[in-house]
Amino acid sequence: MNPHRKIGDVILQAEAISLSFGGVKALSNISLEVREHEILSIIGPNGAGKSSMLNVINGVYHPQQGHVVYRGKTRERMRPHEAARQGIARTFQNIALFKGMSVLDNIMTGRNLKMRANFIQQALYWGRAQREEIAQRAYVEKIIDFLEIQHIRKTPVGRLPYGLQKRVELARALAAEPSMLLLDEPMAGMNVEEKQDMCRFILDVNDEFGTTIVLIEHDMGVVMDISDRIVVLDYGKKIGDGSPDEIRVNPDVIAAYLGGSH
Amino acid sequence: MFYRESGQFKSSYAADSAIFTIAQDRVFIAALLALSFVAVPGLASDYLLSGILIPFLILSLAALGLNILTGYAGQLSLGSAAFMAVGAFATYNFMIRIPGMPLLLALFLGGLCAALVGVAFGLPSLRIKGFYLAVATLAAQFFIEWVFTKFSWFSNDSSSGVISAPAMQIFGYPIDTPASKYLLTLAIVAFMALAAKNMARASIGRAWMAVRDMDVAAEVIGIRMLRTKLLAFAISSFYCGVAGALYAFVLLGTVDAQAFDLHRSFQILFMIIIGGVGSILGSFLGAAFIVLLPICLNLLGQVFHGAISTQFLANLEMMLFGGLIIFFLIVEPHGLARLWQIAKEKLRVWPFPH
Repeated sequence: MNPHRKIGDVILQAEAISLSFGGVKALSNISLEVREHEILSIIGPNGAGKSSMLNVINGVYHPQQGHVVYRGKTRERMRPHEAARQGIARTFQNIALFKGMSVLDNIMTGRNLKMRANFIQQALYWGRAQREEIAQRAYVEKIIDFLEIQHIRKTPVGRLPYGLQKRVELARALAAEPSMLLLDEPMAGMNVEEKQDMCRFILDVNDEFGTTIVLIEHDMGVVMDISDRIVVLDYGKKIGDGSPDEIRVNPDVIAAYLGGSH
Repeated sequence: MFYRESGQFKSSYAADSAIFTIAQDRVFIAALLALSFVAVPGLASDYLLSGILIPFLILSLAALGLNILTGYAGQLSLGSAAFMAVGAFATYNFMIRIPGMPLLLALFLGGLCAALVGVAFGLPSLRIKGFYLAVATLAAQFFIEWVFTKFSWFSNDSSSGVISAPAMQIFGYPIDTPASKYLLTLAIVAFMALAAKNMARASIGRAWMAVRDMDVAAEVIGIRMLRTKLLAFAISSFYCGVAGALYAFVLLGTVDAQAFDLHRSFQILFMIIIGGVGSILGSFLGAAFIVLLPICLNLLGQVFHGAISTQFLANLEMMLFGGLIIFFLIVEPHGLARLWQIAKEKLRVWPFPH
């Protein structure tokens, strides 16, 4: 861990979030805070509500109760594309790449928010449209270098192995220059080497770009190693919140993972 | 052997994102354009121009329109012919009701009307997808056909609901010979095909494909569904509308709403399935295929003079289309355009196997 990295103030607060689908309570009364520049992990058994929590943060789901305060502003029913505009990017548990497009086009799509040319300029490929296309391509190439995927630039994403697809998805999220990055199981289904690569990239992103990272992961070794703070969910309730060392000895967490009386 | 790119290095992002990155392709397309603009109008017979090339170009334009919507943005539509009808009738009304209306402006405004109608019928796409959306666009098909038959105002109160092309001219040049009609169509189609290709490789094209491939992820990276889908409907309908107006005025001369029935919509859908979904080139290949197949079958009929009845030939055409569509959907969902691409890949290394 880089000792010079400074964890800042709270930038996102989820306050008493409750979310249910019909009779199923996915989240009940959950509050959590995310501080600037930190790596926060959300862990918990399957069905604990981890992905639902990410979906609430970036506006895919709207909680029935509670609200999210992001950079001092309380959000009412925000759409995901508005979250993207405010600098929140994410990757998905099941890879959500654009299958019919090349790696380059996928990452370029992540830059769409930065493009201002209207469709007439684009149809003529003239003036601003052309300038933007080239300028954004230069930035995308930096991301491609950063994540070491130069060799597959023009390959359709559907042809890539799983580990590389995950990396391309991270690249697409990074292309938007997010200030907060939500990663939903970025290392699921990877072998040890791929996991090490992914850990290195996550730490590098956090270190070089200062991106705040909220991470869902099942590999406890990874979580304990790279997190600044961990939030533990079980059955839609928060049962733990603290540093890796605190979580390791938290009796509720141990009970949830190893079994015990509820 | 000849189609090899070794030694062609790209030293800028502009060169790398050009439409034709290989020099041989650039030479080929330049030669093709020169041939079609200069040699064909002078050399081709009137039958070749009005019977084959003009319908091919116009239907390519309609297929291009549907390909933007279905191939790029992933919104299935069975209403292409209806949007063609809107373009045709709107252009007609602009021409006869506003004296001195320039032809190109009337075509543009006709396309714009089709775009507006397209947006209106595209609104359900925000809620429904796939087959259900196809049914919603089917409603556009029947509704618009009915409107143009029912309200005679659109056909200038002609008793039979038929509209006839007024005399056309551009900057004083009359458009009355097959060659001049061909050149007008070719110029419009070439320009609009270039525009479609440009959109497909720029941010709007990527937004369409993102919505097509994974809509939740598209929204999460900041693409606005409403805007992106409706823009696809608008631009697609604009292309269909211009194609419809050209079909009515340049190809047929007189036309009624039945020329734009469901059969026509299916014909355009077949073009993009056979030609290649999500490919500009595919729109042209599919249109060429569908225009040429009946002509080839007719020639076949003449060869076997009397042995094959015309009725059988007509049925044979339907059977061939049906068979080919099933073939392409199963074996090569990306159509002739993909086959062409594979052929080019092979040609790059020919005569060696790798």
